[in-house]
Amino acid sequence: MNVQLVGRHDVVSAAPAARPAILEVEDLHIAFPSRLGPREVVRGISFTIGAGEILAIVGESGSGKSVTARALVGLAGSGAELRARSLRLSGHDGEARSLTELSERQWSKIRGREIGFVLQDALVSLDPLRRIGREVGEPLLTHGLVPRAEIGKEVETLLARVGIPDPVVRAAQYPHELSGGLRQRALIASALAARPRLLIADEPTTALDVTVQQQILSVFQALAKAGHGILLITHDLAVAAQLADRIAVMQNGELVETGPAREVLRKPRHAYTQRLLSAVPSAATRGRWLSTSGARPVKAEPERSQPILALRDIAVRFTRPDRSVTHAANGVSLHVYPGETLGIVGESGSGKTTIGKVALALRPPDAGEVLFRGQAWSQLSERQRRPLRRHVQTIVQDPLNSFDPRYAVERIIEQPLLLHTDLGKAARSARVRELIQLVNLPSDVLDRRPTALSGGQRQRVSIAQALASEPDLLICDEPVSALDVTTQAQVLDLLIALQNRLGLAMLFISHDLGVIRHMSDRIAVMKDGVIVETGAAEEVFDAPKHDYTRRLLEAVPRL
Amino acid sequence: MPGWLASVLPAGLRRLGVIVAVLWGAATITFVAVKAIPGDPVAVLTGGENIVDAAEREALVRQFGLDQPLPVQYLRYIGQALLGDFGDSYQYRQPVIEVIGEAAGPTLQLAGTAMALALGFAFVNALATAGRRKGLRTVLAGLELAVLSTPVYWVGLLLLTVFSFYLGWFPIIGGEGLPALVLPATALSLPLAALLGQVLRDGLEEALLQPFALTVRTRGVSETQLRLRHALRHAALAVSTLTGTLFAGVLAGSILTETVFGRAGIGQITLQAIKTRDMPLLLGLVMLSALVSVSINLLVDALYLLIDPRLRRAPR
Repeated sequence: MNVQLVGRHDVVSAAPAARPAILEVEDLHIAFPSRLGPREVVRGISFTIGAGEILAIVGESGSGKSVTARALVGLAGSGAELRARSLRLSGHDGEARSLTELSERQWSKIRGREIGFVLQDALVSLDPLRRIGREVGEPLLTHGLVPRAEIGKEVETLLARVGIPDPVVRAAQYPHELSGGLRQRALIASALAARPRLLIADEPTTALDVTVQQQILSVFQALAKAGHGILLITHDLAVAAQLADRIAVMQNGELVETGPAREVLRKPRHAYTQRLLSAVPSAATRGRWLSTSGARPVKAEPERSQPILALRDIAVRFTRPDRSVTHAANGVSLHVYPGETLGIVGESGSGKTTIGKVALALRPPDAGEVLFRGQAWSQLSERQRRPLRRHVQTIVQDPLNSFDPRYAVERIIEQPLLLHTDLGKAARSARVRELIQLVNLPSDVLDRRPTALSGGQRQRVSIAQALASEPDLLICDEPVSALDVTTQAQVLDLLIALQNRLGLAMLFISHDLGVIRHMSDRIAVMKDGVIVETGAAEEVFDAPKHDYTRRLLEAVPRL
Repeated sequence: MPGWLASVLPAGLRRLGVIVAVLWGAATITFVAVKAIPGDPVAVLTGGENIVDAAEREALVRQFGLDQPLPVQYLRYIGQALLGDFGDSYQYRQPVIEVIGEAAGPTLQLAGTAMALALGFAFVNALATAGRRKGLRTVLAGLELAVLSTPVYWVGLLLLTVFSFYLGWFPIIGGEGLPALVLPATALSLPLAALLGQVLRDGLEEALLQPFALTVRTRGVSETQLRLRHALRHAALAVSTLTGTLFAGVLAGSILTETVFGRAGIGQITLQAIKTRDMPLLLGLVMLSALVSVSINLLVDALYLLIDPRLRRAPR
């Protein structure tokens, strides 16, 4: 697959001017009204997309990339003010239209018909109450392209075109009855229905597992080959690297760097692009910091005599509403040794979160047992376990849900101190300040409520709270999955620094192979409730033994 | 047995069990309440105390089964109630079921019309103002608040004064047919429309914020079509629950409207039954209202399944 891609890039760089432009954007500004006057979120960006070309706009949340995409179909939001030297779309008839100063009626003729739009996560982006067939056929109906009686037939063709097997069956189903991958294909089919030449895809693979993501990316590749121009909006540099002909890097509403994909990724000129690229965890980043340059101190080899946490033959079963039984874990045995990081990687539904819950003794296993420091853990009663709980703490994906929204940060971090220590008020306050320093937060966040913090700050507070009871083991379940790449880099660096300093053991659960590889000493690969492969990080990644591990590794887009 | 039946049947049977239990509970509570209220039923039967002599009194007591021990009375009452027989009304001297049947017609007519009117107002109002037309929205929201905080009888009197006394368009009291229905139905529907309108508008606005609404807009679908084709169905979930509850409430609370507009109906006979302590009729009325709310609940649940495919359990 990679070989093929390199070939395509070569063609692009050889003859970039040969393509007729479908979309030309020149000096686009978007502003929203605010109490302090208009606030510009997009500041003078320019780009073009040719037929058969994929342009990726890459940036972090708040960079203005989604607003840009929406502005191109006149849906930037209420009150949005658009200004551009030129905003030209070449339509079906080959005639150029200006997209500035359009009425709502004129826009409705552009949307769907001239520009197809694909959003992320089709579970919520398709109307959950309507059948797939009606959703996919809606643009045909709206633009009156085919007689009503023939829409069904056309929908089948569309579904088949994006690689959905059994289109007749699928068209009669509802979104929740389809897998994530099929749903996303159906969403693409609906964007293609009215045969637009330009497709805009806003984070089209973000909610998907890597193997499914790979399939969706190849659908886009095929569409570009068929002559569609595609604007890809993504936060994921690796996805952009695999799919795009050209990449535009967006920061604070400006395009800081634009160029052929290969050039931008191999020889980034702008400092921001360089920072973004070096923040992506991967094989190459093991043993160095992500958010700053420089090698990190080598960690002492963990002492592997007695495991701090041992899972023995764990089985967990769920009974679905239709009475079928799902094995979320089946015969899972794991050991975590003091001071080491064990990474658990797997796709959604593989059972990795269940294992985390069993390790935390939040869910009793249906079979097998968990030992903590060689002593009974899962088999204790909650009353017996409570005094030991301070030794095992957890960090979750979005701590906002686990913080009391009415508590200020100080009170949040104070809770475990009240529970697990007998410190006085002054001592607690001093300890909270120590902890907040430990996670590199300024002390003025102590008065704020969780909703007033950024995602990265919230995750630091969550780490401080976990560290308050001086645990020996941290169970991290997707701790950086909701964060931007530069923030993710800072949080991962923090976790490693704390591990080195405090000798923490970590059970690190993630779907992201790059993050797992960067963080873990040893790795366990999970699939359908079973550990298919386990070993030292280098071994598993460099010489995978199991078929599934190999497939997983191949599916990961590379920079 | 076809697959869908196999999945629906157990749930259906469970529901039926619940319905029976609710009705039985309602019947029992009423029975206990009636027996606990002091007063001589024979006096009610005859229209006053000491009018009849001992022999006649004896005959009446036997006729209505009041001479038997309480458990026997209870069992007989429950058994007959299950068959739809609540005995004879003391006051009307005819079977309770017939008395209720005669009165139910006008009440259902009134409640049904009011509900339909309310839904109509609510839909037009919500579709027009959800997430747009800020000025109109503010005016209508204010109106909703005003209507909601005004008692029905006052609105009724106001309507009567304007449309019957001054304009003479509609009959002042009683009457038959459509003209007699217009004012009471309108008076009854206004607060319902206000409440339904608020809930529907909230539901629409929430649906319009969902990601799928953005997808629909990017297809070139107009705002009105987006509401009709997509958002309305999402909003209908909350509205169907509320409509059910309100409808049951309208049926039960028809006393006020019927009194103000001088209409016959369930409200009137309920009032009479309470005034004269007509126990069999009262029991029948309580059972009726329990039955109505149980069936409305069942209907709403069925409507949920119809609206939201995610709630249908996958047949296997």
